[in-house]
Amino acid sequence: MAAKFIALAAVVLAATVSAAQSAEPKSGGVLHIYHRETPPSLSIHEEATFSVNVPAMPLYNNLVVYDQHKPQNSMGTIVRDLADSWSTGSDNLSITFKLHQGVKWHDGQPFTSKDVKCTFDLIQGKGQDKFRKNPRKDLFNNITEVTTNGDYEVTLHLKRPQPSLIAMIASGYTPMYSCHVPAAQMRTHPIGTGPFKFVEFKQNESIKLEKNPDYFKKGLPYLDGIEFTIITNRATAVLAFVAGKVDMTFPTEMTSALIKDVKSQDPTAVCEIAPINVSTNLIVNRESPPFDNIELRKAMALSLDRKSMIDIIFQGQGDIGGTLLPPPEGVWGLPPDQLKTVAGYGDVAKDREQARAIMTKLGYSADKPLKIKVATRNIATYRDPAAVLIDQLKTIYIDAELDPVESSQWFAKVARNDYQVGLNLTGNGIDDPDQAFYENYACGSERNYTHYCNKDLEALFDKQSVETDLAKRKQMVWDIDKKLQEDVARPILMHARSGLCWKPYVKNMTIMNNSAYNGYRYEDIWLDK
Amino acid sequence: MGTYLIRRFFLMLLTLFGISVLIFTLLRIVPGNIADIVFNAAGMIDVAEKAKLERELGLDQPIAVQYVQWINGLAHGDLGYSYVSEKPALQEIAPRIPITAKLAGLALLFAVSLGVPLGVLSAVKQNSALDYVLRVISLSGLSMPAFWLGLLILMGFVKFFGTIPIYTRPPEGFWNSLALFAIPAAAVGFRSSALIMRLTRSSMLEVLRQDYIRTARAKGATDANVNYHHALRNAVLPVVTVIGLEAAFLMGGLIVTETVFNIPGVARFLVEAIRWRDYPIVQNLVMFIAFVAVAINFLVDVLYASLDPRIKYS
Repeated sequence: MAAKFIALAAVVLAATVSAAQSAEPKSGGVLHIYHRETPPSLSIHEEATFSVNVPAMPLYNNLVVYDQHKPQNSMGTIVRDLADSWSTGSDNLSITFKLHQGVKWHDGQPFTSKDVKCTFDLIQGKGQDKFRKNPRKDLFNNITEVTTNGDYEVTLHLKRPQPSLIAMIASGYTPMYSCHVPAAQMRTHPIGTGPFKFVEFKQNESIKLEKNPDYFKKGLPYLDGIEFTIITNRATAVLAFVAGKVDMTFPTEMTSALIKDVKSQDPTAVCEIAPINVSTNLIVNRESPPFDNIELRKAMALSLDRKSMIDIIFQGQGDIGGTLLPPPEGVWGLPPDQLKTVAGYGDVAKDREQARAIMTKLGYSADKPLKIKVATRNIATYRDPAAVLIDQLKTIYIDAELDPVESSQWFAKVARNDYQVGLNLTGNGIDDPDQAFYENYACGSERNYTHYCNKDLEALFDKQSVETDLAKRKQMVWDIDKKLQEDVARPILMHARSGLCWKPYVKNMTIMNNSAYNGYRYEDIWLDK
Repeated sequence: MGTYLIRRFFLMLLTLFGISVLIFTLLRIVPGNIADIVFNAAGMIDVAEKAKLERELGLDQPIAVQYVQWINGLAHGDLGYSYVSEKPALQEIAPRIPITAKLAGLALLFAVSLGVPLGVLSAVKQNSALDYVLRVISLSGLSMPAFWLGLLILMGFVKFFGTIPIYTRPPEGFWNSLALFAIPAAAVGFRSSALIMRLTRSSMLEVLRQDYIRTARAKGATDANVNYHHALRNAVLPVVTVIGLEAAFLMGGLIVTETVFNIPGVARFLVEAIRWRDYPIVQNLVMFIAFVAVAINFLVDVLYASLDPRIKYS
C-alpha cells in the first residue's frame, strides 16, 4: 500500500514538474506556418488584407497595440508598444506619446520621434515620399499636425476630440515606418523595429523572418524565426498541417467542416473558431429605378432569413447582427434584445408576409415577379451567399439571376453604379464605430458603395465620435446602427466566423475574436519541443 | 535538308512572332490590369490614384508602343520588371525553369518508359488477360484528372506514412531531388503514359498485320526480333509525334500538379502571374513556353527523318 502511495506521489510530482517546465517559455526553434497566397507586398500601410498583416506584423511595432493575449480588442486592452506611455491633452485635442529609448530599426538606425512624424506624414500624404496605395488615409483625417519634442516625445494634434483614434493607432494596420527607408522598399524589403527581421520573400514559395537579437523588449522573441510556406491549394495545406510539415494553419482559413476533418486525423491539434469581424452585406443601387423606392428596398431587407443563410454557408458558425459585430465578442454591436426590435430581424415568416404585401402594392406578384440581377465577385466567399440570397428573394416575388463579376472589376463596377443589387463583404480592421461608420456610411466616402447619405445621421456619427463616456457612446452607436438598418443603408446578412489550428507544442497562441487584423506580433510565441 | 532546316527556322521565328502578338493582345483584352487588381484587393476605387499607378507602370501608353518596348527589351535581353515583386522578371523566371524542367523531364521519362513497353506488351498479347488489365489501366489514366490523382496520392501518404511529399524547401542533392519530384512526375505523367500505351498498342497491332512481318516470321525470325526490331521501329513513328505533342501538352497538367504538390515551378507561377495581370512575367513566360514547344516540334521532325529513311526533307 505504501509502495503504491509512493509511486502515485512520484507520478503526481513528475506531472507537476513537467507541467511547470512546459509553462516556462523556451527559446529557439522556427515556427512554420502555411500562407494561403502570395501577399501583394509586405508594406502593411499599403494593403488591406490580413494576407499581409499575418507575415508582416512581426516585423514592426506600433506606438501602442492591442494586448496580444486578450481575445477581445477594446479600449481597455490597448497596451504600450514603442510608446512607454501616452496621455490626452486637457482639451482632448491632442495625444502625447513618450517613446521608448534605445529602440533600433533592423538596419541599426535609432528609432526617434521623427520616425513617428514621418509615418503619419506618409499616411496623410504630406511627405515627399508617397505610398503607391493608401487605403486607410481617411481614418487619420482628424490629425492636423504631428509635432516632436526632442527625440522621444511626439504629439498628435486633432481637429476635434476623437477617443477612437488611439484604437486605430493600436491596430495591426498602423505600424511605425522609418524616415530613412523609402516607401517603395517597404513593399519588398521592409525594415521595422519588430521582434523579427525580414530575410526573404519569394513569390509563390515562402516568406522567411529571423529573430531580431536587438529587439527592445528584453528576452523576446522566443522563436529563432518564422517561416511561411506559401501553399495556395487549401486541401494540400490542410494535409501539410496534419502531416506536421507546418506547425500552424493560416489564420482564418479553417471552417468548422475543415476543423472536424483535421481533428479526425490529428486529435492532438488545437483548433479554435471565432468571429473575424467581416460582414456579408447587401448593396442596392438606390439611384437606379425601381430601387430608388425605399419601400422596395425595405421589402428586400424583410425577405432575409439570416439564420438559414448562416446554417447553409457556415454550418451555423456565424452571427446575426447589425453594422457592428454583435456581442459578446463585439464591443459595440446591437445586443440581441435591441436587434429584435429592428425591422427584418424578427419572425422571418411574418416579415416575409409584410414584404410580399409591399411587393403586391408595388405591382409585383408570383406571376409577375421583379426580374433583377444580383452582382457579386466571382469567388466562392461572395458567390455562395449570393446564391442563397437569390433563393430568399424569390419568396417575395423577386426573380434574381446571379451576375458573377471578374474579381478585378468588382469595385470598379460598383463605383460606376453599374449594378442593381449586389452582395459584398466588408472587413473591419478594428471593432470601432468611427471606422465602420465613416468608412462605409459617410456621405462621399470612397467605400460608401451604395452612396447612402444622411446628413442628420452623419451629425450623429460626429457626436458619438467625440463622446468620451463609454456607456453614453455605446447607446448612441446602437441608435445609429438601428437607423442604418431601418434606412436599408446596407443590410447586413451575417458576420462570419472562422478558425485556426495549431500543434499542441505551439504555446502562447491567442486568437482575437473581434478582429482578424491585429493579433500577429508573435513576439512571445514559443515552441515546447 | 539544309534548306529545309533554314525554312523551318524562319517558320519558327514567324510562329513566335504570331504568338507574341497574340499573347500581348489577349492579355490586354482580359478585363483589368495590375492597377485594377491591387486597388480592388484594397477595396479602393479612387480613379485618379489608379491612373497614377498605371502611369508609373507605363500602362497608360498605347498598346503598340508597349508592344514595341517589350520586343525591343526582349531583343536586348531585358525582360522588364515584375509588377508584383518589383524584381527583374528574369530573376523571377530563371530559378523556376529548372524546377519545372526537372518535373516535366521526369514526367515524360515516366510516360515513355511505362507507355511504350506496356503498349508493345499489350499488342503482342492481344486479347489476353494481361492485355485487358493494361487496357483498363490505360483507360483509367486517361479518365483520371491529374489534380484528383495528386490529392489521392497526398491523402494516401498522410494516412499510411504520416508524411506528405510536397515541396516546402529546395531539396539538397540528387537523390532528395529525385525523391521529391518522382511522385508528382508520376501523377502528371500517368495520363501521358496511358495515351502513349494506347497509341503504341494500336500502332503495333497495325504493323504486326503487315505482309513484311509475315515474311519475317516465314523466314524464321524470332518473336522478339519480329516484335522489337521489325515492328516496333515502324510502329513508333506516330508514337514519337504524340510524345512531342505531349511534351508541349504537359504544361497544362503541370499547372495542376505544381499547385497540388506545392512546387514553385513556372507553370504555377504563370497562373499566379495571370491572376495579378503581371504582364512582364506572363508575356515572357508564354514566349519561353512557346519557344520550347516549337523547338520540340522541330526536333520531332528532325527525329522523323532519322527514324524513317523513306522521309526526305528538301
